[in-house]
Amino acid sequence: MTDHTLPPHDAPADAARRDFLYLTTGAVAAVGAGITGWSFIDSMNPAADTLALSTTEVNISGIEPGQAILVQWRGKPVFVRRRTTKEIEEAKAVDVATLRDPQADAVRVKEGKEEWLVLVGICTHLGCVPLGTKSAEPKGDFGGWFCPCHGSHYDTAGRIRKGPAPRNLEVPAYSFVSDTVIKIG
Amino acid sequence: MAHGPRTPFANPVVEWIDSRLPVFTFMQKEYGVFPTPKNFNYFWNFGALAMVMLMTMIATGVVLAMHYTANAGMAFNSVERIMRDVNYGWLLRYMHMNGASMFFVAVYIHIFRGLYYGSYKQPRELLWILGIVIFLLMMATAFMGYTLPWSQMSGWGATVITSLFSAVPLVGDSLVAWLWGGFSVDNPTLNRFFALHYLLPFVICAVVFLHVWALHVVGSNNPLGIDVKGPQDTLPFNPYYTVKDTFGLSVFLIVYAFLVFYAPTLLTHQDHFIPFNPMVTPPHIVPEWYFLPFYAILRAVTFDITIPFTHIILVEAKLGGVLAMFGAIVLLAVLPWLDTHPVRSARFRPWFRIALIGLVVALCVLGYVGAKPAEQPWVMVGQAAALYYFAFFLVIVPWLSKKEPVAKLPNSIHEAVLAEKGK
Repeated sequence: MTDHTLPPHDAPADAARRDFLYLTTGAVAAVGAGITGWSFIDSMNPAADTLALSTTEVNISGIEPGQAILVQWRGKPVFVRRRTTKEIEEAKAVDVATLRDPQADAVRVKEGKEEWLVLVGICTHLGCVPLGTKSAEPKGDFGGWFCPCHGSHYDTAGRIRKGPAPRNLEVPAYSFVSDTVIKIG
Repeated sequence: MAHGPRTPFANPVVEWIDSRLPVFTFMQKEYGVFPTPKNFNYFWNFGALAMVMLMTMIATGVVLAMHYTANAGMAFNSVERIMRDVNYGWLLRYMHMNGASMFFVAVYIHIFRGLYYGSYKQPRELLWILGIVIFLLMMATAFMGYTLPWSQMSGWGATVITSLFSAVPLVGDSLVAWLWGGFSVDNPTLNRFFALHYLLPFVICAVVFLHVWALHVVGSNNPLGIDVKGPQDTLPFNPYYTVKDTFGLSVFLIVYAFLVFYAPTLLTHQDHFIPFNPMVTPPHIVPEWYFLPFYAILRAVTFDITIPFTHIILVEAKLGGVLAMFGAIVLLAVLPWLDTHPVRSARFRPWFRIALIGLVVALCVLGYVGAKPAEQPWVMVGQAAALYYFAFFLVIVPWLSKKEPVAKLPNSIHEAVLAEKGK
């Protein structure tokens, strides 16, 4: 290394000018790096074609009381269950204040269509599909669903009653197109 | 790296290279004559064994990647094709699959060695933390590798583990969608996991380089846990420890070969041979054995943590489990500051030794519970073992640091070795 003699510069006015240049250059570089970095990060978010998976229409005419079906919406399982009168009464009889995620049965179904329960079939604990949709599967201690992964029990309104899951099974946005067809999404 | 005076090599080609880039001088200094405590036992094999496994995983992995297709519709079949049609594909795949287990065996024993002989203590704290970083990278790599065959266990294991991040307050759900690249574990998830599974081993190599560099600055610990006082305490690494490592490696490879040739599916799960179906969760999701203790800690938190005497939830059960699981590893990293006892080796710390054996027992119990369904009595057994794990780091070790008597240590490694021989 050869020695470079730095030209003497006059402090403090010169130092302040250099600080200013240093900080503005740094600020511009940071903004540029941030904007460029965002494109890398955002590229990992759901792509346009994934988002374009829109709605799913389901024919529910073949479901008898006490039965349920599993349909796919946005790559996720959705439970459509036709509840029996007994199951509806059980769901309504629960004291809402005792629930982990307090929700009355009425806000989880459409008014006048209390026998239909539509739920995203993903356990709110760690994303497994709870059992209980098929007749032969265990329905848990509260007659709804049972998640085999970590033992969460859901009741006949899909509400969490026991186990590690923090929230009730999600009710997706859906509407009745007619008495026998629902549109999810 | 070193710019000190160089001893010329007799071989003209070696000398030509070394005078321009002193790689031969470097190897001679760090692996030839490197002064190493003369009292190592076989626990000191496992760093080198882990290194051999890392190289094996990269070599088999690169070849497997030439035949594998990272597409949700084709991945499972491409793995079956490797098993049936690709020349020696069955061998390479089973070497890779069981190699992961053997890598974790080596690393767990290596970590235990560090705990037992106090290798994490001053002046090796940073060396220890780099080791924990390698351990975390290994866990991420192994988890993403397990996803690639796109089996029931792959897809659902990936779902459970990525869903851990939904426990993050406020941004949890967006974070999980970002990890998945969609609304569930699907093709975009598989693609990025393959890219990262290929990348991370090379990141591990870089951190291993720093780990070994840090080791060569302060030198190795030893079973007595006392410092090297002079040349009479050490032996040159070659041939003494190259030979000892080679013998240990031979034994280790016999176990590995037994797994690969006679019990290749012993450590995996039958659902790993069923193609992924996003509509059906297998009745019982279990991670690979090397994750079971941490999985059991995750499941041990089945209760919300509330402000006492109110119903205001501070940490809900799900977030609590996730924090406990990651906390379990963070505690390992900060151990050098929790254990301030002046004696390193458990050989001279009978109280610490009992506590540490208790920790090993707790981890084995957690491993057993992690493979069981989330039912009683396993939940309570897991909670008791998890409690001991945290108590070890947060209560027992700090208490022992203050209360455990300081034993009289040998004057030097040399003296202790001679005394042992004189018996």
